[in-house]
Amino acid sequence: MATTTATAAQQEAPAVRTTKRPSGPFRWVRERIIPIIGLLVLFYMFLPIFVVVMFSFNQPNGRFNYQWVKFSFDAWTNLCSVGGLCESLQLSLVIGLLATLGAVILGTLMAFGIARYRFRGRSGSNLLVFMPMATPEVVMGSSLLTWFVLLAFARGTTTILIAHVMFCLSFVVVTVKARIAGLDPRLEQAAMDLYANERTTFWRVTFPLVLPGIVGASLLAFSLSFDDFIVTNFNSGSTVTFPMFVWGAAQRGTPPQINVVGSLMFIVSLTIVLIAQVVQRRRKKA
Amino acid sequence: MSGGAVAATAVEQQDIRSHPGGGATESKGVGTSKWTPYILLTPGFLWLALFFIIPTVMLLLFSLYSGSLDQGYSFEFPGNWSTYSAVWEYRAQFFRSFLFAGLSTFFCLALAYPLAYFIAFKSGKWKATLLVLVIAPFFTSFLIRTLAWKTILADDGPVVTFMNWAHITNVLALLHLTETDRVLNTPLSVVLGLTYNFLPFMVLPLYASLDRMDPRLVEAAQDLYSSPWTALRKVTWPLSLPGVVAGTLLTFIPAAGDYINAELLGTTKVSMIGNVIQDQFFVVTDYPTASALSFVLMLTILVLVFFYVRRAGTEELV
Repeated sequence: MATTTATAAQQEAPAVRTTKRPSGPFRWVRERIIPIIGLLVLFYMFLPIFVVVMFSFNQPNGRFNYQWVKFSFDAWTNLCSVGGLCESLQLSLVIGLLATLGAVILGTLMAFGIARYRFRGRSGSNLLVFMPMATPEVVMGSSLLTWFVLLAFARGTTTILIAHVMFCLSFVVVTVKARIAGLDPRLEQAAMDLYANERTTFWRVTFPLVLPGIVGASLLAFSLSFDDFIVTNFNSGSTVTFPMFVWGAAQRGTPPQINVVGSLMFIVSLTIVLIAQVVQRRRKKA
Repeated sequence: MSGGAVAATAVEQQDIRSHPGGGATESKGVGTSKWTPYILLTPGFLWLALFFIIPTVMLLLFSLYSGSLDQGYSFEFPGNWSTYSAVWEYRAQFFRSFLFAGLSTFFCLALAYPLAYFIAFKSGKWKATLLVLVIAPFFTSFLIRTLAWKTILADDGPVVTFMNWAHITNVLALLHLTETDRVLNTPLSVVLGLTYNFLPFMVLPLYASLDRMDPRLVEAAQDLYSSPWTALRKVTWPLSLPGVVAGTLLTFIPAAGDYINAELLGTTKVSMIGNVIQDQFFVVTDYPTASALSFVLMLTILVLVFFYVRRAGTEELV
């Protein structure tokens, strides 16, 4: 665009060009202004992650890990020495897996229903699925809490799970629905032309094609559940998930072990995404 | 609400593009009974009805209850409407919530637009990698990342030292955004945290709508002697509006209800309505008042979103 910019300016106002055209480093910056701003914004997004990883190697003086003192591997080698951290991590992983399972089963069924059929109440269903995504978490969390209080239902792992399935559900429906809508209908027609019955077509053609969408939805649901704080905070009773643990730590003292978990999460998810990308690229080539 | 939520939206929009002929075709999958869709929808529908719709109604009902946590709550006709006086009492926090959410949405848009534009039009073979980088911050717990800002904005840290040296904090203090020598625990740090936390929610929808745009339209505009600025204003911007609307909603709604940034990066002087609601539930344990505040928050957001979407006039949202 930089060259077209220059030509446009020339054609429009040649007189201006001679006087106002910038030169030297200023011009270099001006021609690359969008990539420069873009990369600066990315830097802004990554800055806290550098800090998280760096401070996982810190040996703080007091209870809080906000100031650099000295380099140490202590936190990495003694991950579970902080009381309650590993328990909360384990609980979050279990809740994440179960909530994902629940949300993916319910959500995939809904997605097929909405994407594949025209029926009375279809747009209403779309709206219903959209609503939880457009509601602030504090409202969702507090309304569930009042409901559980009215039912005299004790808050704990069960209520956390119920809440997580609820807010993950919409995201699963949206993701899987998009995948179904993006399918090439001719593939199914081809299967039918080759005398596959409906059941065979579904399990041999449709479902494998939708599967990447379901996998994506699962990853998304898991990360939503694993990282959720607000809704969980309202419905956890005295149960402590990992985000709840971090929240408590922010008040009482942040051990560098928290940063170790943060760094590990980052490394693991980045690896998963990179593997997925490589697999996708190979498939495209094949 | 974190995560690749938005990643999903981006993926979705790409997928839709790849097969415009696909989409909701008449029942071709399993079973052709007219009851099939209802059977498929029932389990999920029940879950949402039981744990989303009914609780929301209960929230409204509960705001009219009287009683306390120890003595139990009860409803007496015509309801305990005095809880709604709290809305006026906490008007400052309501105002601050919407102001901070609005500011951070604006900053998100200002930061995300160049980045999304860069990824969509100028990144070449790096496109996929850059998209991964945009969602990569989501891979770490957002609470931990928010806490990291405490280190970055520390009073004696390089950022604030520089801002003090360049008198930036003095100027910002005149606008009541910071104090004269610190950034942490001021409105600026809260807005900054909100902007940071919700930025990917803005980048991805913007990218999705910019990526769908035909770049030749800008070339055409320039062939017709438009300046780059005019081309941006008259061609690119209007075509990216669906992304702008989706992005602003995905940023504004969670930001208005957020209390994490105000709690971790601010003080009670800059608390938002989310902080009040959470305090009313867990510290004061006045559930009816908390419900009233929560309900008014939801209602206000719904009304704002309704008028915003109507003005923006886009139907590509759901």
